[in-house]
Amino acid sequence: MEKFFFEDDNNRVTGKAVVTGKAKYAAEHEVEGVVYGVLVGSTIAKGSIIAIDTKAATKAPGVMKVITHENSYKVPGYDYGGNPAKGLTGGKGLQVFNGNTIYFAGQPIALVIADSYERAVYAASLIKAQYNQDVHATDFAEMGKSVIAVEGQRYKDNIRGEADAYKNAAVKLEAEYIVPNEVHNPMELHAVIAKWGADDKLTVWEKTQGVKSAQRSIAAAFKLKEDDVQVFAPFVGGGFGSALRTWPHSIAAVIGAKMVKKPLKLVLTREQMFQLVGYRPYTKQRIGIGADKDGKFIGITHEADGVTSMYEEFTEGTVNVSKILYQCQNVTTRYKLYPLNLSTPTWMRGPGEATGCFALECAIDELSYLLNIDPLELRLKNYAETDPERNRPYSSKFLKEAYQLGADKIGWKDRDPRPASMKQGEWQVGYGMSTGLFNAGRGNAKASAKLYADGTLIVQTAVSDSGPGTQTSMTMIAADMMGLPVNKVTFEYGDSSLPPGPTQGGSTTTSTLGSAVYGVCFALQNKIIDILKTDGTFNKTDLKVEDVSFTDGGVLLKSDPAKKRTYSDILSKAKLNQLEVSDDSKASEQMRNYSAYSYSVHFVKVLVHSKTGVIKFDKIVATADAGKIISPKTARSQMIGGVVGGIGMALMEEAVIDNRFGKYINNNFADYHVPVQADVPEIEVAFVNKPDPILNPIGAKGMGEIALIGFAAAVSNAVYHATGKRVRDLPITLDKIM
Amino acid sequence: MITFDYIRPATTKAAIDALKKESSAQFIAGGTNLVDLMKHGITAPQRLIDISRLPLNIIEQKGNMIRIGAMALNSTVAENALIQQQLPLLSQALQAGASPQLRNMATVGGNMMQRTRCAYFYDTTLPCNKREPGSGCSALQGYNRMHAIFGASDQCIAVHPSDMCVALAALDAVVVIADSKGERRLPFIDFHRLPGNSPHVDNNLAKGEMIVGIEVPLNNFVKHYRYTKIRDRQSYAFALVSVAAAIDIKENIISDIRLAMGGVGSQTVATNKS
Ligand SMILES: Cc1cc2nc3c(=O)[nH]c(=O)nc-3n(C[C@H](O)[C@H](O)[C@H](O)COP(=O)(O)OP(=O)(O)OC[C@H]3O[C@@H](n4cnc5c(N)ncnc54)[C@H](O)[C@@H]3O)c2cc1C
Repeated sequence: MEKFFFEDDNNRVTGKAVVTGKAKYAAEHEVEGVVYGVLVGSTIAKGSIIAIDTKAATKAPGVMKVITHENSYKVPGYDYGGNPAKGLTGGKGLQVFNGNTIYFAGQPIALVIADSYERAVYAASLIKAQYNQDVHATDFAEMGKSVIAVEGQRYKDNIRGEADAYKNAAVKLEAEYIVPNEVHNPMELHAVIAKWGADDKLTVWEKTQGVKSAQRSIAAAFKLKEDDVQVFAPFVGGGFGSALRTWPHSIAAVIGAKMVKKPLKLVLTREQMFQLVGYRPYTKQRIGIGADKDGKFIGITHEADGVTSMYEEFTEGTVNVSKILYQCQNVTTRYKLYPLNLSTPTWMRGPGEATGCFALECAIDELSYLLNIDPLELRLKNYAETDPERNRPYSSKFLKEAYQLGADKIGWKDRDPRPASMKQGEWQVGYGMSTGLFNAGRGNAKASAKLYADGTLIVQTAVSDSGPGTQTSMTMIAADMMGLPVNKVTFEYGDSSLPPGPTQGGSTTTSTLGSAVYGVCFALQNKIIDILKTDGTFNKTDLKVEDVSFTDGGVLLKSDPAKKRTYSDILSKAKLNQLEVSDDSKASEQMRNYSAYSYSVHFVKVLVHSKTGVIKFDKIVATADAGKIISPKTARSQMIGGVVGGIGMALMEEAVIDNRFGKYINNNFADYHVPVQADVPEIEVAFVNKPDPILNPIGAKGMGEIALIGFAAAVSNAVYHATGKRVRDLPITLDKIM
Repeated sequence: MITFDYIRPATTKAAIDALKKESSAQFIAGGTNLVDLMKHGITAPQRLIDISRLPLNIIEQKGNMIRIGAMALNSTVAENALIQQQLPLLSQALQAGASPQLRNMATVGGNMMQRTRCAYFYDTTLPCNKREPGSGCSALQGYNRMHAIFGASDQCIAVHPSDMCVALAALDAVVVIADSKGERRLPFIDFHRLPGNSPHVDNNLAKGEMIVGIEVPLNNFVKHYRYTKIRDRQSYAFALVSVAAAIDIKENIISDIRLAMGGVGSQTVATNKS
């Protein structure tokens, strides 16, 4: 292997392929005879289609087919309620080309298929629909007025202790916070290639965070055996949650491929990324928080009004953070959901917890000034030693350590705590901090491992790597377990026919899959021990795993280190070309008695220009209790990525809807801002790096979500400290400060 | 498919003649704006006349002024030693625009001719008087936090988004324009137009004309100058407001001053005083 110029053992094993363009993303796979599909979206936000004129498009050069609700292949799964784009909550996913009802602007009304992308784009522009237009509802200001909340068990008040107890506290704060619609906008556009083969077998190259879940969704929609659908996603150019579901455009591509009997490629446009693959929903929150004079919380009330589509109920854990982050006897939460003429939202990095922590962590900062207590000290005064919601111990919690690490690195104690007191030339200086938490879970996974006589190891699982570096961390776990250098280990993934792995979401991949890889390597170790017991190598028929070290590409007897055998020796002596094992991995029974969370702490130092309101970051410190850090470099990158996403959330991201037309008006990368290099200051990352002894055998908790959760609150708090001006609605643009 | 042909005349004269011949022909220079407009269906020229390789990229001092060819790249001008020494304000303004990749393609002429970034101009399903005269202005009651503060009309509140132009306005630049008959000169501040009742006409370049260069008189604004751009992120964003400011100090007295504002109207607003 040629040596890459910055190669070291901590690097992303896929790094070279990615930066040299060798990595193939969904749309880049070369499939012979592929044709191109382009989706046409509804220009109205509510109503029904009276007629679609497809004549001109059908006659346009190169066009093979125009599919609409009038002529679409009937997706068999639709009839059975089995839903291709199934949500985890109430309602039904959008059934593409099944009926003439329009729920949101941009909803696919036609698929134009042509022999080239350009010809399909042109023909798509010729589609003319006639609508029966209804009055749409997209205005957030109408929530609770003309737009009525969804009813149901899920939306009942949740009261721990006394309801709204904060009202009776000595010191109390009530405030309203707003998080706007934000769009995931990964760099890679959503794309799919669908190819039907002989015997109705289907191959799909898909941008997905879960090859197995995509396989299941597509199989259910088209009533196929799961094994007859093979989904590939070897590289995913970011997802942030947008690729957790199988969306209607993918179903449309499979329909199209079936109808023209050719492999079909469909790539969304950037504009369509705003409409068809979810978003972080606008949420208006009210926090009431009260404390006694010493700062002990008396009560927290957290209310959230979220947004969903007209056809599906999407809910998230926005208000739950107030139940679990601090010790407080009386917590009331209320969650309401308002259906609008928008597509269904979906989890976006840090999901509801990021939205919820923005409100809660700003409110605590506000309260700290009312109490005249340092914001960090106030948090420590209300530190939860056990899970206050479920009354059980944590599997591990090192949040205090994370606070300390961050406070030291930013120089928290050196700041002047008074608002608008610190200056640096024309700039006002502010420090802010916040806490984030997210459930640390562990799910089921299966992995297989093959050790070859040449001393190489292949580990396989059907998982996607949407960017965190899963391939790298799994390679490291396997290399570490087997005592092999990372370049002797190959982790194969991104193919649904491999042993079932988890969907990459909710910060569970490392915990779930890392445990499976650990488990399968442990099984492999045992298999090697079985061979060594009988092949006379160590003359020990009762040899155990504990008696040896797996190191330097072989096995070494601890009691007599001179006795060392390489894997090649062992396999060739046993006349084996390879050793193969597989292992099922799942959460332990013991975990039922514990709660597990990962924690992040963000400290930021901002500069706010006294005349223009321009906000710049001087320094950011991100610390975390994420259990044991498996892959230091990619873990650090995760934290940096979360912070950069957080800068976007705090200062610039907002998908703006023009309510007159019911559509997004800044749906492109020039107008919808995400941070650029110049917005990102020095980011210092530090981990507590203590293993969780109970959650799983590798000691790692999750990290992807917490990297972002809370960050926006730290910024709002810092802006307040700098200027004395409190901004409670994101993004914090300069006009809100001036 | 909307097809078009593409030609690359060897001389400026041939390019201007070609433009005259075909009514829907357009020049293409760096293409960084035009290609987007074509992709969005906002314009559909039947012929593209590539002028990017015409020998109009020279930057030179001529007597008491500096002449910049219309085909000089934004990045080349910004990094040019003569410009950095004599017109540092212009260099700074250029550096504040777009991204390095775009500046490497964008030309001086194209920068002046770029169209507004108003979101409603780009969305062809919505009314816009600039794109489709008489259809209405969606921005007036819409999403318009970046729109005009000065010189707007009830027909259009779009702004011209250029950074370079703000410095040119401050520095009393003159636009050199050619057509088949010869050259004419137009003070830069008269180049762009206010929307009035014809917001679809951005500037005073007549049909069949080409920008061939810019002339900037030598000045003393080489020490005390600043291009400040206020925007929603630190780079790669259009101005909410920008200011080109320069003063000349002689014996502790400000003898000359320039102030021009960008991002506030369809023209750069300049208040130049000597
Ligand atoms: C994402 C993005 C961000 C940007 N950000 C900024 C920014 O922050 N600040 C800023 O100032 N600009 C910004 N720009 C705009 C950029 O500066 C312009 O696109 C560029 O200057 C246009 O130059 P060009 O040579 O590519 O023009 P082209 O796209 O080739 O042409 C544009 C128009 O000018 C006409 N034309 C070109 N040359 C001549 C000539 N010599 N005579 C007559 N007509 C001519 C063409 O016919 C066409 O109509 C941004 C652009 C993009 C895409």
